[in-house]
Amino acid sequence: MSAEHFTETPFGRKKQRTEMIARWFLGGMAAAMVVPLLLIVGYIVVQGAPSLSWEFLTTNPRLGGIRGGIWSALVGTLYIVAISLCVSAPIGVLSAVYLNEYAKDNWFTRIVNLAVVNLAGVPSIVHGLFGLGAFVYAAGMGKSILSASLTLSIMTLPVIIASTKEALSAVPISFREACWNVGATRWQTIRRIVLPNSISGILTGVILQVSRTAGETAPVMLTGVATFKAIESTGLFLYHPIQDQCMALSMHLYYIATQANNAPHSLPFGIATVLLGVVLLVNATAIAVRAYLRSRKKW
Amino acid sequence: MFPQPKIEVQDLRLSYGTREVIHGISFDIREHEIFGIIGPAQSGKTSLLRCLNRTIEFTAGATATGSIRVDGQDVRKLKNVYELRRRIGMVAPLPVGLPLSIYDNVAFAPRCAGLSSRSELDGLVEQCLRQAALWDEVKDRVDSLGTKLSGGQQQRLTIARALSHQPEILCLDEFSIAIDPVTTMRIEEVLKELKKTMTILLVTNLTQQARRLADRTMFLWNGEIIELDANEVIFSDRVKDRRTRDYVNGFFG
Repeated sequence: MSAEHFTETPFGRKKQRTEMIARWFLGGMAAAMVVPLLLIVGYIVVQGAPSLSWEFLTTNPRLGGIRGGIWSALVGTLYIVAISLCVSAPIGVLSAVYLNEYAKDNWFTRIVNLAVVNLAGVPSIVHGLFGLGAFVYAAGMGKSILSASLTLSIMTLPVIIASTKEALSAVPISFREACWNVGATRWQTIRRIVLPNSISGILTGVILQVSRTAGETAPVMLTGVATFKAIESTGLFLYHPIQDQCMALSMHLYYIATQANNAPHSLPFGIATVLLGVVLLVNATAIAVRAYLRSRKKW
Repeated sequence: MFPQPKIEVQDLRLSYGTREVIHGISFDIREHEIFGIIGPAQSGKTSLLRCLNRTIEFTAGATATGSIRVDGQDVRKLKNVYELRRRIGMVAPLPVGLPLSIYDNVAFAPRCAGLSSRSELDGLVEQCLRQAALWDEVKDRVDSLGTKLSGGQQQRLTIARALSHQPEILCLDEFSIAIDPVTTMRIEEVLKELKKTMTILLVTNLTQQARRLADRTMFLWNGEIIELDANEVIFSDRVKDRRTRDYVNGFFG
């Protein structure tokens, strides 16, 4: 009687076959993701290799960018990324904490959430146009690193808010209720329980915006990035962050690849490799930070 | 005459959106009694407790009318709701170990109330863990994570946490469903002891537990009080309502 339960039936065989097909098909799809990445990275690095050297990174471009290195563009990108994150990360994270932990479901909250969703959907060139009108002209900042950074801040804010809210709501509601039950205020609950247990997700979301900020071309082109500008200063601040325009890797790549004649074939690929390197380095940091914080996860 | 009741509930109604779940109930709870609340699922037991410490306010769409008075003060009119919650210990049906060490779990509430002296905290933590019948099992590892304890241990940790802010009222919502019978009995002994200093609300699905522990028991059904009387009446032939008798004897629910 009991052996009967294990005899193979046609239906059972079909089930197993379907399971096998599903596993390999879905797995294949997932594996396909890796192929374009490897191709892109491999192609760019191989093509760009002749340009790459320490001098390439640390010397200013010459002759309109087709000779020399990419020092001023690299520094410009780092400036823009750093300043824009300094603005968008605190505002984004704190407003997400408000929206997720304090806000009641009323018209105000709904308007804010609607604004966040729609802001995330605005194309980057439109952000650039807004930045041009708002920061460059209306606020009188001119084309400057500050204008470009603020424009990018507004662009990354909604994404930071969304990812932070996601990280916060991953903390079980029962933890909060347990805290409220013993007379903890919302803030005590947030500071002692919610934030320590969502910080890895929050940081990951923020850090991933670095790669987006570093890669954007259109918004910064309109608001503060020059096609050519060498760094003359040797002081602590290589650029003046409020007044100066700067170069940026993304813009430099666009310019060299499409506008400049007589540039060495490997030059745009070299720039792309550096840009990719910066982004991958930041992403790797994000993964490392997340792995470290997750290892301390407590439930 | 009886002294002033610890908790007076008057014509309490509670709705979630348009659905009314508690239909105007009134009753008193005396100081230093164990007050049993029995009733099937959806009868409003947990909602009642959440009205008492006002955590019901965290549920969107919940509206309550009527009054709940603790020591004569209407809880809905209290300015300092945190003080109210500190006076009420609450134990939820499912254990919630906060993602902190065992020590910090118990010290959480006192710290939120501003206590920071290490020696005072040490004493308090030990006392609460002893009362929750957990001390002997964890005394050598109070710095390890509370969330790594077994379910039953976490539930006792939850009880220790509920005692940590030295409440006057202790609400136990199905505290024993995650605990083995032997430990349950140990905690029940503790409750009898705590009764001297606290008023205890015992919500339970185990009618026998209410029978063992409570002084008076209320049978709540679909948001209405079917019967409220001393245990000697509720769990005897003198029970007035047929539904109470059937529920207590296990014929339904």
